[in-house]
Amino acid sequence: MARTLFDKIWDAHRVASLPGGADLIAIDRVFLHERTGAAALRHMAELGRRPIDPARVFAVMDHIVDTRAGRGDGTLMPGGEGFITETRAACRAAGITLFDVNDPRQGIVHVISPEQGIVLPGLTLVAPDSHTCTQGAFGALAWGIGSSEAEHAMVTGTLRLARPRAMRVRFAGTLPAGVTAKDMVLALIAAHGAAGGAGHVVEFAGDAVRALDMEGRMTLCNMATEFSAMTGLIAPDDKAFAYLAGRPYAPDDFAAPYWQGLKSDRGARFDAEITIDAARLAPMVSWGTSPEHSIPVTARVPQGPARAHDYIGLAPGTPLAGTPVDAAFIGSCTNARLADLRRAAAILKGRRIAPRIKKALVVPGSMAVRRAAEAEGLDKIFTAAGFEWRLSGCSLCFYAGGESFAQGSRVISSTNRNFEGRQGPGIRTHIASPETVAASAIAGAIADPRDYLA
Amino acid sequence: MSAFPQPLTSIAAPLLTDNVDTDTIIPSREMKSTARTGLAAGLFAPWRYRDADTRAENPDFVLNQPAYRRAAILVAGRNFGCGSSREHAVWALAEHGIRAIIAESFAPIFRANCIRNFLLPITLDRAAIATLAGKEVTIDLARLTLTSGGVEHRFALEPEAQEMLLHGLDAIDLTLQHAPAITAWLAQDRSLRPWVYELAPRPLPATTEPAR
Repeated sequence: MARTLFDKIWDAHRVASLPGGADLIAIDRVFLHERTGAAALRHMAELGRRPIDPARVFAVMDHIVDTRAGRGDGTLMPGGEGFITETRAACRAAGITLFDVNDPRQGIVHVISPEQGIVLPGLTLVAPDSHTCTQGAFGALAWGIGSSEAEHAMVTGTLRLARPRAMRVRFAGTLPAGVTAKDMVLALIAAHGAAGGAGHVVEFAGDAVRALDMEGRMTLCNMATEFSAMTGLIAPDDKAFAYLAGRPYAPDDFAAPYWQGLKSDRGARFDAEITIDAARLAPMVSWGTSPEHSIPVTARVPQGPARAHDYIGLAPGTPLAGTPVDAAFIGSCTNARLADLRRAAAILKGRRIAPRIKKALVVPGSMAVRRAAEAEGLDKIFTAAGFEWRLSGCSLCFYAGGESFAQGSRVISSTNRNFEGRQGPGIRTHIASPETVAASAIAGAIADPRDYLA
Repeated sequence: MSAFPQPLTSIAAPLLTDNVDTDTIIPSREMKSTARTGLAAGLFAPWRYRDADTRAENPDFVLNQPAYRRAAILVAGRNFGCGSSREHAVWALAEHGIRAIIAESFAPIFRANCIRNFLLPITLDRAAIATLAGKEVTIDLARLTLTSGGVEHRFALEPEAQEMLLHGLDAIDLTLQHAPAITAWLAQDRSLRPWVYELAPRPLPATTEPAR
């Protein structure tokens, strides 16, 4: 019987069928970070439990690390140092591989996992971080869990799971210039709602997905959690195999028939299907307080929940383009890989951010991305334009009580969440692609990146 | 954390907004240690306080209203608990005294976190939820029913989750009963997919720890 890629991975990892209908699913990799991983490590140690195979558990410091030059364990968030020192001690005690604060391999968990070849096609990988779905871009079943489930996965090598349904989202056709993976996923969530993927694993397919580079595919899968899906994934192809081959923890090649079979069979049945015409998409920007509140940059703010209009300070009918912004942020597991920085830099080259922009940050997704960008001179383009060039970390994708934007700021941001207060109390976030962030920083107002393409 | 208090009777505090996210339930800045406790004061901090620093209350917020200060049941909208995977959201709710949430739908990670902490997530349709807001509700987890004003609603829950909540069962202890099956599966898988287990990385720069 024809099976989906999801079916194949699920079936290959079923250790047992549990009474009551759930399955016991083997977990190949667990990745932790200092924010929620520390809670799992602490509880595990308190109960005298140990990982079943510590070699398959990894950890990184990314969420609250300082991103300024010369950093150590100290954080701008009050009390943050304890998360870092506790995570380090717990990893050492449990024999877990840690990418520490100043390790050259350090970076945001979902950026460094593929860089190191830790995620591989066909694997199950979990992390106590909702954006673990990013790694589905490589054809792995990778999803976010809580700290208790992370402990369960470490200790037992498995999770108890009800089988989700399968959805296919097909992006047909070719993306127009200036329109990116970020715009694809925002368009999907805007059209079908922030709960549109509930109960499903989403396979992204179609010509426009095939045409994306691996960085773009990661951006697309990254926001499957914003669609309330368990995760997203994309069948691995030669681009995925070429990206991973020879990475530190990856095989040298992916020629064996096993790897080539990691795709949905012709005629495989999905429980739900959505098709979107990529050629009709435009750069998307959020107007409100949920990613489902996203519209083409050329559109007017629609009627939404009163609370969202009040918080964001934009009435229905207002054109989104031209809304003044006070700050710009390029970073996060969504949009801070080398390709993202290149595209933003292409718009910023030879230009300067508007005087009204009080804070503009570029925070590379990993230290490897940072080094690669510097080797191409991208850092000089960003700093000449007026952006700060930081060390890697999650930074101001969320406000942890340390560094902040100025009170009342409206921020154009390449991140994934425009929730109330996400980037700080009262901060109004508009999420968009890195090129839209770059264009808006130059204009000092929400701007269409297509007006800035060379 | 203990088993679900069966049966549970409480006034149902209405928080009928869609897409309530875990950043709002417990903001990152309220997660001050690696412990699972000490989080109740930060629960819904952005909405509950006029000033999160002084903890000056916002009297309009539902859980600050006299009728709902001790509510153990919350009724909510669509996609409750979306966003960050932080289990701190559930720990904060439970520490505050919330034992059940009735919503149109839940974000998947949040829902799984609820079950692991014996906080009951009930899904009902929007019309039924509207009739429960502000009313006394009794939840019978053994029968999978809830009653309010003489009207009974049935709800669905996976049999395993029902067992775990009723008896306060620890998922790791339950799974470790399958240790022989897990060991056998791993031995077989190791021969099928050796690359999953052979994890000696290629030579890399030495890890450098930060100066203090």
